[in-house]
Amino acid sequence: MVVQYAFLVNSDACSGCKTCQVACKDKNDLPAGVHWRKVYEVSAGGWQETAGAWVSTVVAYNLSAACHHCLNPPCAPPCPTQAIWKTENGIVLIDENLCRNCRACIWACPYGAIWFNPVLNTTTKCDFCLGYLEAGMSPACVAACPNRALDFGEFAELQKKHGGVNRVFPMPASSIADPALVIIPHRNAALAEKLGPAIANSEEV
Amino acid sequence: MDALTTLSRRCFLKWGVLLGSSWTSIFSPEDLAAESGLLTLDPAQDAAGVRILRVGCPSHNCGGRCLLKVHVKDGVIFRIESDDRPTDSLEDPQLRACVRGRAYRRRQYHRDRLQYPMKRTGKRGEGAFERITWNEALDKVAGELVRVKKAYGNAALFVPYGTGSYSQINGRQTAQRLLNLFGGSLGHYNSYSWACIANATATVYGTNTTGNQRQDWVNSKYILMWGWNPSEMRDGTNTEYFVRKAREKGARIVCIDPRMTLSAVALADEWLPIRPGTDAAMMSAMAYVMIREKLYDAGFVKRYCIGFDETQMPPEARGAESYRDYILGTRDKTPKTPAWASSITGVPQETIARIAREYATRKPGVLYQGYGMQRRAYGEQVVRAGCVLAALTGNVGIPGGWAGGMALQAPDGGPAWNVFPIGANPVKASIPSFLWTEAVLRGKSLGPEHGVRGATRLDADIKLMYAVASNALINQHANINRTAKILQDEKLVEFLIVQDNFLTPTGRFADILLPACTQFESWGVEDGWKYGDEVIFMPKIVDPPFETKSDYQICKEIAGRLGIADAYTEGRSERDWVEWSLDRFRKSRFPKLPTLAELEKSNAGVYTVPVTRPAVAFADFRNDPEKHRLATPSGRIEIFSRPLHDMNKPQEIPAVPKYIQEWESPFGPEAKKYPLQAVGHHSLSRIHSTLTGVDWLEEAFPQRVFMNPIDASARGIRNSELVRVFNDRGEMRIPCRITPRIMPGVVAIPQGAWWKPDADGIDRGGSVNVLTSERWTPYAFGNAQHTIMVEVKKV
Repeated sequence: MVVQYAFLVNSDACSGCKTCQVACKDKNDLPAGVHWRKVYEVSAGGWQETAGAWVSTVVAYNLSAACHHCLNPPCAPPCPTQAIWKTENGIVLIDENLCRNCRACIWACPYGAIWFNPVLNTTTKCDFCLGYLEAGMSPACVAACPNRALDFGEFAELQKKHGGVNRVFPMPASSIADPALVIIPHRNAALAEKLGPAIANSEEV
Repeated sequence: MDALTTLSRRCFLKWGVLLGSSWTSIFSPEDLAAESGLLTLDPAQDAAGVRILRVGCPSHNCGGRCLLKVHVKDGVIFRIESDDRPTDSLEDPQLRACVRGRAYRRRQYHRDRLQYPMKRTGKRGEGAFERITWNEALDKVAGELVRVKKAYGNAALFVPYGTGSYSQINGRQTAQRLLNLFGGSLGHYNSYSWACIANATATVYGTNTTGNQRQDWVNSKYILMWGWNPSEMRDGTNTEYFVRKAREKGARIVCIDPRMTLSAVALADEWLPIRPGTDAAMMSAMAYVMIREKLYDAGFVKRYCIGFDETQMPPEARGAESYRDYILGTRDKTPKTPAWASSITGVPQETIARIAREYATRKPGVLYQGYGMQRRAYGEQVVRAGCVLAALTGNVGIPGGWAGGMALQAPDGGPAWNVFPIGANPVKASIPSFLWTEAVLRGKSLGPEHGVRGATRLDADIKLMYAVASNALINQHANINRTAKILQDEKLVEFLIVQDNFLTPTGRFADILLPACTQFESWGVEDGWKYGDEVIFMPKIVDPPFETKSDYQICKEIAGRLGIADAYTEGRSERDWVEWSLDRFRKSRFPKLPTLAELEKSNAGVYTVPVTRPAVAFADFRNDPEKHRLATPSGRIEIFSRPLHDMNKPQEIPAVPKYIQEWESPFGPEAKKYPLQAVGHHSLSRIHSTLTGVDWLEEAFPQRVFMNPIDASARGIRNSELVRVFNDRGEMRIPCRITPRIMPGVVAIPQGAWWKPDADGIDRGGSVNVLTSERWTPYAFGNAQHTIMVEVKKV
């Protein structure tokens, strides 16, 4: 591997508008129900009535998530045809000539990042808009973000610049897969973790 | 890792080398070759037959005006991207489209698009139609226009409010031009968006141009986003980005809203929930704290304002209640203390006092008032109250400050809006747009007391309506069940023409349905909406499908049947009208705007004016209030308005801004039966009612009634359950979303979802307007559609 590319997700600036999700769908012609990129809405906290007024401890944040192009992708080993591989740029791809749609990878991915496309009858995932990278462009989701909360780059560089956070709720422990991801956590993420965070939009992700 | 090591042998991919095709199912090699076209601005078709065109996002009255990069092959749009100009600076940022623009293909190629003209076969409103030819349809339309004009006069014709198409050579303007050339039609003013703020701002400032250019926000130290939610309603492309930049520069940002909005999460340091419709109470208590603690800018108030206290009253109103009198309770014996406001707003009194102190001391600061608060009962009050706080804190006329109110952009009020010439209307009478049902029911009895302008009484009831790109007759107007009854009665409106892309709830009531094409299929041009720093080119890029035609073409063909085709077109094609419009823009804000040919050739799609020195509203006035008097009666900021005082309706139209309990409120007897307040906020799923039915949007933002866990558990309601939301006006059944991100006692139903009545008349689509009231506000005659009490129950 020559380099490892990674997404930078600025959860602090993310409104949850899902422009990234839909830009991805448009570029990749994904049907409803297939979200190579999706956005978790997390909320925590509650309400108390005191002297006729309401005091809220509610905090919320969003996390835009696609394939994290893991350093140690758990989706690859279970594949009986060895169809999942990593490019020289660290991008995890599915070779559709080898894929038999057994869905073992879908079960293995701890991030829910691999999707069966019922229209094309293929097993699919984020390819980092590889063709766009080749042409010197940004991935569709990155170029789309109205609040400029997504970026991409070389993993080590992003870590150097933005720190080493690669997990916030609701992601599972990073040790499972070593996601190539840099997160700028929301200013209330730590508080949310204390208050007991929950995915607020399960039906959408 | 073993598998990967093995696989890496297959790693034929090298950086900088064109890709092979075996790894991807998405593109053919031809498509990949086509992508090299992305790097050039040349719109010429490439070898693979792909054209990539930079054009305006179809404008439907969202707050944004964005640039799209549309990929077309064989006459079909197959991809939509957004602004990719290499510079993306604060002065001249990319105009990145939001989720709605990016999902547009699913609207453009939706299977439910209207394909051919139809006429009604069943009862009006049943939705039964049969296909007819264009000739039959337009002959009928022209015939009815002539018949109604002859029987009732031109004042019986009406082109209703509607904002479904906004690209100059499109939308209702095309019909207004037609009818004006045909002798005129009953006019209307106001909008469903900002009736109160557009009328009340000027009572304080004498103008609606009260906003600094947005790039100035980085100079602010404090921004109160009060009921303002740019992330969801898109109050101008890049507005949320500019707020983000201000925060990065150190501004503290507080969002006051009953909902923890997307804006609150992304942009604010603090979210303060407040009961809907009580904002003026909190504002009054903030003024109380500023007065009591001497935190207000007394020098500014003295020099630039009138009506603050008894020393500043206009001579004609000497002895009347001043603002200070009201706040301190001198006359009404109710000091507007934080404790008083707390019981009304649900905001803790110490929080109210703290926000007052923060806003009064962290200067310069912005109090940005969202428009949702003024689409309410007495919506005029919150507008004036917000402006007065800006004046009390001396934030008017300075960089980093903000005068509040309507906030059209300095220095010239922003964009040109509509330049397509509708011509003069020979019918002088006009009504507030929200009162059209009254003009149908009892038009001849309406006069100035109902907001009629240009006449003492209307000459006729409305008998024919021609709705172009308007779903405001049913879906977006208040109290759908009432409106439906009015439209069902063929003795009232005798003929209804609806022209649109889809069979909308309004279209279901049409006598004749005319299929319009989309903005990608016709010519247009747009400028920057409320914030006008750009002109965006909207050429016709694909052909109208089926039998659809552009709004302009349809009106032109009707004009031909009425013998006024030449007057209608003035010999211009739609493309010529774009050229004509560009010339109008050139003569106003954009003197160096390229020609149409240049725009087409460059394929840049947009012409922007970078904002290097953001204009500041009222800078001249601040500098010299004598020389640069405001256009108010006193020439100053009118905390007390003599014109309002002279109306002599102090209970509903006070001369100083007051909190007035709404006509439906948690504090009235109605709350016993309907204890929950309901707000119909803007959702990213739609632009008003446009884009309903687009799957990529509806899966991203499903239509739900949002409800606090406390209210849900009191009713035994579980998340995702189907619930009844109802009041005396109507009922809907939709699933609920239980979320702590909304204040207890309040539910939210995103406005704009299409009304889908079942056999019992219960709405299954979740249109908030089955619950809203047709009652209008006292001064602006505006819609108060957010003032609703409801109950929610398990089905």
